[in-house]
Amino acid sequence: MAAAKVLGSRRYGWWLLRGAAAFSMLYILLPLIFVTWLSFFRQEIPSFPPEGYSLRWYQAIASNDRFVSGFLLSLQLGVIATAVGLSVGVPAALCLSRFRFPGREALNSLLLLPLMVPGVVLGMALYVSHVEVEIATGLPILGSLGGLLSGHVLVVIPWTVRLVLASLAGFDRTLEEAAQNLGADRWTTFRRITLPSILPGIVAAAMFGFVSSFGNLEMSLFLVGPGRTTLPIAILQYLEWKIDPTIAAVSVVQILLIGAAMLITDRFVKISRVV
Amino acid sequence: MARLELCNLSKRYGDFHAVRDVTLDVADGEFLVLLGPSGCGKTTTLRMIAGFVEPTGGIVRIGESDVTLQPPWKRNTGLVFQNYALFPHLTVNQNVAFGLEMRKVSQSEIERRTAEALRLVRLEHLGERLPRQLSGGQQQRVALARALVFRPDVLLLDEPLSNLDAKLRHEVRVEIRELQRQLGLTTVMVTHDQEEALTMADRLVVMNEGAVRQVGTQQDLYERPADRFVADFVGRSTFIEGRIESPGLFRTEGGLTIRCNGAATGEASIALRPERISISPTSIAGVDNDLEGTVEFVSYLGAQVDIHVRISPRERLVAQIANRAGGFTPLVGDRVHIGWMSTDARVFSRSTQPS
Repeated sequence: MAAAKVLGSRRYGWWLLRGAAAFSMLYILLPLIFVTWLSFFRQEIPSFPPEGYSLRWYQAIASNDRFVSGFLLSLQLGVIATAVGLSVGVPAALCLSRFRFPGREALNSLLLLPLMVPGVVLGMALYVSHVEVEIATGLPILGSLGGLLSGHVLVVIPWTVRLVLASLAGFDRTLEEAAQNLGADRWTTFRRITLPSILPGIVAAAMFGFVSSFGNLEMSLFLVGPGRTTLPIAILQYLEWKIDPTIAAVSVVQILLIGAAMLITDRFVKISRVV
Repeated sequence: MARLELCNLSKRYGDFHAVRDVTLDVADGEFLVLLGPSGCGKTTTLRMIAGFVEPTGGIVRIGESDVTLQPPWKRNTGLVFQNYALFPHLTVNQNVAFGLEMRKVSQSEIERRTAEALRLVRLEHLGERLPRQLSGGQQQRVALARALVFRPDVLLLDEPLSNLDAKLRHEVRVEIRELQRQLGLTTVMVTHDQEEALTMADRLVVMNEGAVRQVGTQQDLYERPADRFVADFVGRSTFIEGRIESPGLFRTEGGLTIRCNGAATGEASIALRPERISISPTSIAGVDNDLEGTVEFVSYLGAQVDIHVRISPRERLVAQIANRAGGFTPLVGDRVHIGWMSTDARVFSRSTQPS
């Protein structure tokens, strides 16, 4: 009897766990499923049930200049910001993980700050400082590509630092000593031993950095100049006038791009091991 | 291969002396073992030889050149790490070839010597594997091959056997020793395991609290320990505390009088090896110390039996007897005689030996 009871409660717990997992999955996937579904609706005003299906909204993206140029700008920003972010984040993470120096904790927190500050606040702060610097120096910073890029670099850095730091935490430093004992100088040791070992972390950092830059809306709103629109801003502006499935189609394209990038990187390095 | 010299090598961290004034001379082809409890400075000494720790004083000389200020990659030493430190993303072949690559050896030569080194450790069939696909013993042998392949001037072994199980450890000990002899490698090994040290070394260095306590062969350390620490650390000793009243006469804290070899009067301890103590139901002939006591504890160890005998309220000795058929084996509570020759006991004056 007692055994049966224990068994019964274990079964109950098992079903509860399955239920919770299924609910969570559904909660995450449902919006994606709806957006994808919506993007194929034929009618202009989204309503259920659909009147029919078509690919016209996907064609509409390609013919919409704002989306195409916004996509290209976001892509460009994401790639450059990620590259810059990595070149700052990797050395920073190396220093933070290896050396004990005064102010280390403060620096660690400082590098994570852009992640914690709301995007609107960050954008506002950057905007004000750009205005002030422009007044002081006379350089055309406000609304420039450089200004926008610097903001995106700021968004990318916390990701690179955090993820590279995480992969360094699991790195056995005697491997570096072994390499040096075998005749490798510091640079060769880094290139041949350290770098390959933390590569999954760096790839993950690049991935997340890029996605956070690519999708950034709030901060970018403050930093874009006339005629320079990122994809999220283009989407927002479009939404102010129309709610047709074009937006859904744009979202699906974005989801596919990011999903594909994740799958491809995962083939080479197991991101799930780092994040 | 080359000779290795350490002169007054020291390492201080603030007020803490990790290593103090270590002077050693390791002959070409010699197998030297640094032995001591954890924290005695043996590993720091090894790391100073390899160049990972910068000494605060003294000189490291390999062959004819002073390498004290050289970075690790300029010193030609081969180090086998305690955790092996094999590169996880490289195959066994690539791991072994690494040192040769760094030395800009030609590709064909690299292949030839890598294969040769792996053959030496009997792993020639596993060259394409990754380290994680190997057993602990195999990883250990790859680490050894990797350290040997570029013909280092000095081979350094940092507790290389501590991660192996007991049976394997015994095999690998012999294997390493044979390989070392065959290749004539000047070798320094660090260990806290005295049995390992005794089986492998040509010469041993006992260290404690950062300083060298004694350098010598197995016999030197066992038969003629320089101080109380060595007598305690190498082999087993039981100590009797007391003072030398007059030359040759020792009074224990428990009030017994014992004949000894010491001459200087004053506080002293006597160290006795358990296997040098005879035990008998009746008085013992031919020894100059014969005491009576009560057996308090008997531990049966197979080949031998340890018998703990209380000789005074404050003193207890351990005698070890061989487990022979028909031999005398006392039981707990028995009254027995124990005896030893004063020449078998070591006397350490406590005024000169603060430990």
